[in-house]
Amino acid sequence: MDLRYTEEEEHFRDELRSWLAGVLPDVPPVPADHTDLVARRAYDTAWQAQLHEAGYAGIHWPAEFGGRGSTPTEHLIFLEETERAGAPYVGVNFVGQLHAGPTLIAEATDEQRATHLAPILKGEHVWCQGFSEPGSGSDLASLSTRAIDDGDDYVVTGQKIWTSFAQVADYCELLVRTDPEAPKHKGITWVIMPMNLDGIEIRPIDTALGSGEFAEMFLDEVRIPKVNRVGDENDGWRVTNVTFSFERGTAFISEVISSQRLLADLAQVAQKVTRRSGTAWDDAGIRRELGRLDAELDALWSLTKRNVSQAQRTGMVGPGGSVFKLAYADVRKRMADLAEQVLGRAGLAIGETMDLSDLDHVGERLYTLTLTIAAGTSEIQRNIIGERLLGLPRER
Amino acid sequence: MDFELSEDQEALAEGVGALCEGRFDIETVRAMADAGLDRGRWTELAETGVFSLCVPEADGGVGLGWAEAAVVFEQLGKALVPGPLVASTLAAGLVEGAADGSVVVASVERSEGPAMIEHLGWADVLVVVDGEGLATVATADLDARRSEQPLDPLTPVWTIEVLPAGARVGDAAAAAEWRLRGAMLTSALQLGLAVGATELAVAYAKEREQFGKPIGAFQAVKHRCADMVTRVEVLRAAVYAAGCTLDGNGVDAPERTVAVAKVLASHAAAACGKDCVQVHGGMGYTWEVDAHLFLKRAWVHDLAFGEGEEYAEHLADNLVQNRTGNPTS
Repeated sequence: MDLRYTEEEEHFRDELRSWLAGVLPDVPPVPADHTDLVARRAYDTAWQAQLHEAGYAGIHWPAEFGGRGSTPTEHLIFLEETERAGAPYVGVNFVGQLHAGPTLIAEATDEQRATHLAPILKGEHVWCQGFSEPGSGSDLASLSTRAIDDGDDYVVTGQKIWTSFAQVADYCELLVRTDPEAPKHKGITWVIMPMNLDGIEIRPIDTALGSGEFAEMFLDEVRIPKVNRVGDENDGWRVTNVTFSFERGTAFISEVISSQRLLADLAQVAQKVTRRSGTAWDDAGIRRELGRLDAELDALWSLTKRNVSQAQRTGMVGPGGSVFKLAYADVRKRMADLAEQVLGRAGLAIGETMDLSDLDHVGERLYTLTLTIAAGTSEIQRNIIGERLLGLPRER
Repeated sequence: MDFELSEDQEALAEGVGALCEGRFDIETVRAMADAGLDRGRWTELAETGVFSLCVPEADGGVGLGWAEAAVVFEQLGKALVPGPLVASTLAAGLVEGAADGSVVVASVERSEGPAMIEHLGWADVLVVVDGEGLATVATADLDARRSEQPLDPLTPVWTIEVLPAGARVGDAAAAAEWRLRGAMLTSALQLGLAVGATELAVAYAKEREQFGKPIGAFQAVKHRCADMVTRVEVLRAAVYAAGCTLDGNGVDAPERTVAVAKVLASHAAAACGKDCVQVHGGMGYTWEVDAHLFLKRAWVHDLAFGEGEEYAEHLADNLVQNRTGNPTS
């Protein structure tokens, strides 16, 4: 066990730091209106293009597909440094970079790769994810969006939900049911759906935070060419799960770093908020919870390094990812409770905390609600940990 | 960076685990509640190199690091090995006979008024720690009263009205080092307790049937077990990071990583102990099932080498002193 970075790793960090120091001063501020998705897309893809030009796009993608082919540790350093420097987040490029792209690398034909991979890295194509349905959330494999075989096309009808950024996406990684008679995992197919086809209707869904990236998508006899299928017909469940083999324990690195910044800021806020006697900081209960949460975040940063080290050695993370996500979501919710306690009446509005802080502690409080739900609820994570890591029997 | 155990470290964990299983089986361990510390078994620990693990080879020790000590103490905690393991390890090289197990060393932080001290009557030498440094006292010279019913049956306690000054054996810097290393080793023992409690609960959840199936199939029980192992994995990362950092193989200050480990350990060990009792239902509240032994030891260790809450306040202070809030890496 050695937590120190090698000379090559430090060299990588130094180069990245100086590149960031050079370009970030000229990066404009994030568009103020969070509901303006067109502006958001322009902003996020411009940053992606900049990364590509500098050779930092697709940091974890294999070099033969245009990526940098970096080690998991270099990936960790990249995410750590970009977050600490305040660089733009992956944003609308999330699905393309981290989900659809890796799936295409593993499963697509050479022609499909040639069409799609480079534009994802250059920030030219934005992807969204058409997996969940109103009737298929945690039980994703029960999905019912139907694809009828019609010559060279699939004719697709159904409804998808939580298709974030669908409003501004060029392509959708779409799961459809091609065989309704087969057992649920055996009748699903993974297809590339261009978002400009006829029959696609997108309706935005407002979030509890008031942000506008959520959407649902109605598909009415959308004709998707069969050449857009990735993997075999009815083998889509396996294709979907291939993405997880790309997981290197790096998924929450930006989150951990930004959480540390948020917590340190909350400690400063506690020193400014006045109470009947003194400040919120004078309350030992608040101080101790700040300290406990600081410890938990630090331990999660160490756990990240353990998971990344494991990926570096074996190429896999295993259920360590579920363990991390479960613990992280819990810590963030406790931070949110603490922020509520510290801010008191200064927490009555989103996006402004009087003159106490530049950070949006109230918006963050609402955001933490998603952490125990998105990308596998905490209940599903506990099932995975209980069954795959501990070997407990399945309930069903 | 490579934060995985090396092959040697894995072999070490396995070796000590096997020793515990063979020589510190639960019957042997439980017998010490009445019979007192088994000095023969204690010597076996010394012969394996437990106490002299971090003493340089030139001084007759094993010459390994604190990361290895963390791995070893995790195994000792998991097996509920009793006795002043941490103090005796810290005293190796400082108190004659501690390394070879012929002298058993207990320790206490000096405080106002009467002091309750773990293991005192099992030990030959007491190390008293205070702001000035370290001092030793022969336990035979002390007038101490043994508690009839200690919280943990395997951690006997004695009360002394007034702690004597003792003979100075280390300065303030040595005392700070003693506390820091002691807190790391105690955290490693707590990690072991959390592991042991989790394994016991999971095994029971697989075997105990109600409503026609193993109780571990029900989400109410399965999810509790998942929470237990989650605490274990987060704590393990913190404890190993503290061990590495004490060896100079870290990126943060050891004072920080050790504080983090102790905060996590205090909560995780007790929480896993309580969950282990709960998973066992009524049996969990019996003397016969080991669940209460894990929990009670966890409570004892929370108070050793600085309470978790104390370290939490310390970390909070650093949050505001280091205004950027940016640890180096």
